[in-house]
Parts: sequence; C-alpha cells; structure tokens
Amino acid sequence: MPALPLGDAGPYVAAAYLVFLALVLIYVAIMAVKLARVEREIGELAALAEQRPAERADERETVSR
Amino acid sequence: MRDANFSRGLVPLSIGSVVLLVGGFAMVFLYAPSDADQGFVQKIFYLHVPLAIVALCGFVAGGVYGIRFLRSGDRVHDLRSYVAIHISLILAVGALVTGSIWAKASWGQWWVWEEPTLVSFLIVFLLYACYQPLRFSIEDPERQARYASVFAVVAGAFVPLNFVAVRAVESLVHPRVLSTTGGSMPGSMRVTFLIALAGMALLFVTLCKYELTSKHASFQLRALKRRIAGDDDGWIPVRRSAAPQL
Repeated sequence: MPALPLGDAGPYVAAAYLVFLALVLIYVAIMAVKLARVEREIGELAALAEQRPAERADERETVSR
Repeated sequence: MRDANFSRGLVPLSIGSVVLLVGGFAMVFLYAPSDADQGFVQKIFYLHVPLAIVALCGFVAGGVYGIRFLRSGDRVHDLRSYVAIHISLILAVGALVTGSIWAKASWGQWWVWEEPTLVSFLIVFLLYACYQPLRFSIEDPERQARYASVFAVVAGAFVPLNFVAVRAVESLVHPRVLSTTGGSMPGSMRVTFLIALAGMALLFVTLCKYELTSKHASFQLRALKRRIAGDDDGWIPVRRSAAPQL
C-alpha cells in the first residue's frame, strides 16, 4: 500500500498513542481503588485500636468491683 | 517473609520514566524524520515495538523469578514473578492494539493471519492469559505458588524459542527491527527508538515496583488486622485470590 497522507495517517497515530495513555490511566485508576481500600481498612484498624483500651478499662473496673 | 522494602527508589524511578517517555515521544514528533516508505503513520513504531519488546522481556523475567522461587522457596520471588507477568500482560495488550491500528493504516487490514510475527505474539499473549486463571484455580497458596512458577518457567522458555522460530521463517509483511542492520534505520530514528525503548523499560520497572509496594502494604495490613483480632494462628479465612499470599 502507498504511504497515507498526513491527514489520513494522523488519526491512526493519535489513536495508537491514546490507547497507550488509556492503558496507563486505567492502571492508575485501579491503583487508586486499591489505595482507597487500604485507607478504609487502616481507618477500621485505627477505630479498633481506639476501642481496645476503652474495653480493657471497663474490664479492669468490673474486676476491681 | 523477609523484610522487604519494595518502595525504595520508587520516586526517582517514576520521575525517570516520565522524563524518558515524554522526552522520547517528543523526539518522535519533533526530531525523528518521517519514514520515506510509510510516511507519518510509521510514528506508531516508536510505541508499538518498545511495548512488544518490554512485554516479552517481562514474561522472561517472570520465568527467571519462577526459577528463583523454585530454588529458594522464598515467596517474594513468586510475588515478583506474578507482578512481572501481570504488568507484561498489560503492555502486551497495548502492543496488540497499537499493532492492529498500525496494520490497518499500513496494510489496510486490522490483522493478517498469514503473518507469523503477529500470530506468534498472539499465541504468547493467550498463553500468558491463562496464568491468572491457573493461579485462581488453586486454593492452597503453597501449591499455587509452585504450579504458577513451573508455568512461568516453561512459558518464559517458550518466549525466546518462539522469537527465534519466527525469525527463521520468511516474513510476509511485518518488518524486522532487531537485526544486525537495525532495520536499516538512520541515526536519528535509532536514537529516538532507543530512548522510547528505555522509557518503556523504565515504566515497566516502575509499574512493577508500584504493584509490589501495593501488594506488600495489603499483606502487612492483613497481618496487622489478624494481630489486633488476636488471630495469630490464622483461623480467619483469607479471601481466595490469584495473587500470591505472603
């Protein structure tokens, strides 16, 4: 096939580079979802860690009575 | 698991990847001349070929880490093998799609089944597409890691064999880039190609490190959760996953 003129080849070249950009952006989006999950789980752990001393204090109070 | 610090060097690697890729792509459009035969559409070459080369090298790296896991039994090598294959699969999708776009622009067809280079790459891709389902199908983490490593080693050995076999046969339409003449590229094209290739390789390493760091953080978090829940014996069931369990 003869070489495509610039006007016809441009969309193909742009599409190829946009596919690459899209792949990288999809990967970043997936990593963002994972990061959000880790953040949520850390929040749950922090809440659990705060809850623990309060429960222990209650237990100690019950035993001393 | 031994103390692993996967995030080390992640920032300079990320910056290096961005600089090389952006610089390389800028050179594609501002420095490298248009191909005399194909014209402007040949610019896809600087994206498509590095994607394919780095994906194939990543598959081989997955096999090398598979061997290291089988020799040492260290789960970190299994994790590295998994991540290398995972990222290579993403790059291989990119290589297939960009190659198809280039084929349409250059040959007038999205795919040429008679061309051994294209079909062999598709076979390699489909072979590795079985890797994740294989892992997911095995529940026991120890067996999962062992079987996946054997798969990675065998498939990793198939990649260079496949490459040599394809080059031994007559090519129909697909040009050869990695030859002694360098595909007869002029200097400016070759420099641009090498920078794009280096950028893609660096991007691969960076994404692998991101994935490793993310997985490691998740494992540490799960271990902490178990400790706080007083589940040191591990009776809380782990969610079934294709990813390695450290």
